Amino acid sequence: MNSREKVLDKYDSKIYKNRKEHIIQIEDGEANVIAADTRAIPGILTNRGCCYAGCKGVVIGPLKDVATIVHGPIGCSYYTWGTRRSKSKSEGDMKNFSEYSLSTDMQETDIVFGGDKKLRQAIDETMAIFNPSCIMICSTCPIGLIGDDIHAVAAKAEADYGIKILAFSCEGYKGVSQSGGHHIANNGLMKHIIGTGDAEPVKYSINLLGEYNIGGDGWEISRILKRVGYNIVSVMTGDGSVEELKNAHIADLNLVQCHRSINYIAEMLKTKYGTEWLKVNFIGIEGIKQSLRDTAAFFNDPELTARTEEVIADEIDEIMEEMALYKTKLEGKTAAVYVGGSRTHHYINLLKTLGVEVVLAGYEFAHRDDYEGREVLPSIKMDADSKNIESITVEKDPEKYRTFHTEERIQELKDAGLPIESYTGLWSDINDKAMVTDDFNHFETEEFIKLLKPDIFFSGIKDKYVVQHSGIPSRQLHSYDYSGPYAGFKGALNFAKEVTLAVNTPAWNLVQAPWKSEPTLEGSLGGME
Amino acid sequence: MLDLTPKEVSERKALRINPLKTCQPVGAIYAALGVHNCMPHSHGSQGCCSFHRMFLTRHFKEPAIAASSSFTEGASVFGGGSNLKTAIKNIFEIYNPDIIAVHTTCLSETIGDDLVTYITDAKIPEGKIVVHTNTPSYVGSHVTGYSNMIVGLINYLSQNTGEKNGKLALFPGFVNPGDMREMKKIMTLMGVEYTMLPDTSGVMDAPMTGTYNMYPKGGTKVDDIKDLGNCELSIGLGEITSIAPAEFLEKKCKVPFQSLPLPIGVELTDQFVMSLNHFSKNEVPYALEEERGQLVDILLDSHQYTQNKKVAIYGDPDTVLGLAAFALEMGMIPKYLTTGTPGKDFEANAQALFEKFGVEDCVAKSNVDLFLLQQWIKNDGVDLLIGGTHGKFLAKAEDIPFVRAGFPILDRYVHSYLPLVGYKGGMRLAEMILSALMDRQDRDCEDEDMEMIM
Repeated sequence: MNSREKVLDKYDSKIYKNRKEHIIQIEDGEANVIAADTRAIPGILTNRGCCYAGCKGVVIGPLKDVATIVHGPIGCSYYTWGTRRSKSKSEGDMKNFSEYSLSTDMQETDIVFGGDKKLRQAIDETMAIFNPSCIMICSTCPIGLIGDDIHAVAAKAEADYGIKILAFSCEGYKGVSQSGGHHIANNGLMKHIIGTGDAEPVKYSINLLGEYNIGGDGWEISRILKRVGYNIVSVMTGDGSVEELKNAHIADLNLVQCHRSINYIAEMLKTKYGTEWLKVNFIGIEGIKQSLRDTAAFFNDPELTARTEEVIADEIDEIMEEMALYKTKLEGKTAAVYVGGSRTHHYINLLKTLGVEVVLAGYEFAHRDDYEGREVLPSIKMDADSKNIESITVEKDPEKYRTFHTEERIQELKDAGLPIESYTGLWSDINDKAMVTDDFNHFETEEFIKLLKPDIFFSGIKDKYVVQHSGIPSRQLHSYDYSGPYAGFKGALNFAKEVTLAVNTPAWNLVQAPWKSEPTLEGSLGGME
Repeated sequence: MLDLTPKEVSERKALRINPLKTCQPVGAIYAALGVHNCMPHSHGSQGCCSFHRMFLTRHFKEPAIAASSSFTEGASVFGGGSNLKTAIKNIFEIYNPDIIAVHTTCLSETIGDDLVTYITDAKIPEGKIVVHTNTPSYVGSHVTGYSNMIVGLINYLSQNTGEKNGKLALFPGFVNPGDMREMKKIMTLMGVEYTMLPDTSGVMDAPMTGTYNMYPKGGTKVDDIKDLGNCELSIGLGEITSIAPAEFLEKKCKVPFQSLPLPIGVELTDQFVMSLNHFSKNEVPYALEEERGQLVDILLDSHQYTQNKKVAIYGDPDTVLGLAAFALEMGMIPKYLTTGTPGKDFEANAQALFEKFGVEDCVAKSNVDLFLLQQWIKNDGVDLLIGGTHGKFLAKAEDIPFVRAGFPILDRYVHSYLPLVGYKGGMRLAEMILSALMDRQDRDCEDEDMEMIM
């Protein structure tokens, strides 16, 4: 029995039938079909969160100039207060709400009699205290159940105050994971924010999509892009703002970092404003090089192309000596990487650079295209849970639609291998024989660790200490263990340094008490002195 | 830092800003983790469970296990019965606990799921147990959820068999494993046989051994919870947190109870020790008397650095009241005492403390938030801030020395291993408070005023 069968074998027939589709061992040359984005099994200790977490926690939360009111009992607002490390800094007069957690703190009587009035009152109080330029409302489970019409409240308040007030029906029970919340958030930004600005186009302009500035990643990526000569119109949504986002339609090109959370917007921007998108990966040296070269190839300006090579050479020169040192400490080790819905793929090339092979990988809330690539999209069937998530269609904006290249030119670039509007998924990064589990749960994680014995484990806070107690160094790739950035060239060095520390910290040698391996009783046998 | 907080206080009826409480279910999970071989279970969307596990793990730096019913939209419309039944079956098959402790969420409460019926109808393997409690997130706070889970455990398990077991039942309040260890140490020194519920020591401070154990050695044993009904007396530490389980055990099993404040500082620890002394009829051993004397010695030695210093304390009601009592013993003025947990007892108990020590111009308020506390401080400042991690932004914004105590502490290590309660806890608190104040003096003084000896 191989490892996969050994783990699955412990399930009863019903769970076996479900989970066997979600666990595969990569076979080179095979189709490697995986089940994804389906319901978690009750009681299985899934690592997933909910729709609200995806909407407020991931996409809306980082928008710094927005006063986001969480409509519901207090917990949901509390848990998304400062917990995701999407760093932000306001320039000039822009208000920054990132240190504030705003909630309607719904009480029992509000649940019984409805919370519409309380929500309106909370908006009025927010206006009186903060006078923000934009308010967003995120609703939690009971709000959907009691039928508060948050969209009507938002529309009325928007008319009264003359500022943007958006409502998101992102109740936790919707969909099967965080992913539904990303979609709902993206729809709202697309419908109400993007395209409402009147900035003039600038040269070589880009939006950075699906970059949440965890530990300052977005800042490091922006630094590199600006060095090459690009103008960054907006970042979605790390250190982002409505102020920037409303002009996102003027960019020449969209770069997509986290495919899962934001490919919806990339697609809609293409349809509505004609902006092409490229899947990039600014984590790991090989990923960054390829991303910078692809971006330069899109613009095809000899000066940009030359500058790109200069920046790459210079940045690599700065870190390579130290990277080589860390490689000597990590070479030959194996890793498990479980993170998000797209982010595992980001790290594979970085680990490879350090001589570390990924033997176990997976996602919490990915869809099949995040594993298998976008070509499977037409064959993905919508189930009842996906149908519950609002899907919007956009049309060409007659005034703002603008293409950087002609259709023929785009086709030429595609034919030349530029991955425009394309993503080949985790499969193109991961090596043969790696074990991949979708919607990974506690049981499988524990079992696979015992069987595959990775030297380092990368995941989140819920499993970090489980794995560490098992004797395996564990680093969080959601929060970078409160460090970072990990993106960009300098981030690669941070990552290498911290993984090396985690593996080599002296306390690993202290785990076994001496009396566990040496006799502690001394004495003499009868008659002997 | 918190630049948008205006000095002017305006009345708010609907908007909570920077809360000093979270919702019931996380307290219920924490209480359930203090039961040996127990799987906490959240009957709601999986996001709740995920948030609570992350939150507890960040405070304790230990795994916090819990399962979820993983509601979908369909379950929210048609009820979560089948989700719960499936979850119970799967948890026992895959994770094999002795007991599953189910709590509800705002979702399952709003749709009115009938947990009693669901659990009665569920297939529970022989010798295994499922209990539940109702923890609507829109009532009370995490402290309420913690109490409710203890009540739920007693409700399902504790029996008065008519034969007294000679033991004391102790409800420790919403405290860290380090506090629970200190309470157990004091009871042992007093020669008291006890059952403490819950007991998260040995679970949420489990040692590194190189092997992960989903159910570590600690936690109150199910048999001991059953036997709680035969205890001679129960003591609820933390008058607001522990009154519900103490009263419930009396109602169900006729076990009389005493309700005491959390034993923080000298006099409140004295009260606990005296209660134990009355219960066991054993003399207070020298080991405890020595600790007490050491703590009083420390307070006398260092009084000039603390006396008349104004302090703002925020957090869970019983913890804040205990810390305030100790601050008063140090000669400090507890100018602002705040908790997010609703309930008038907090204010009444705080007023009694103010009166006892004869301090004036102090305010105690429940059901408030950190935003209001910052506004108060902007209008009339303090010398020291004591509370959980969320106040560090306030401390930085208003440049106030800061001591972390209570729940949650997400940004420091070791805190959960060591006590705030008992005489030893008092020594630890005194050290933290003195260091914060004296470090500030060293930082701010002119070079020529830097003291070698203090």
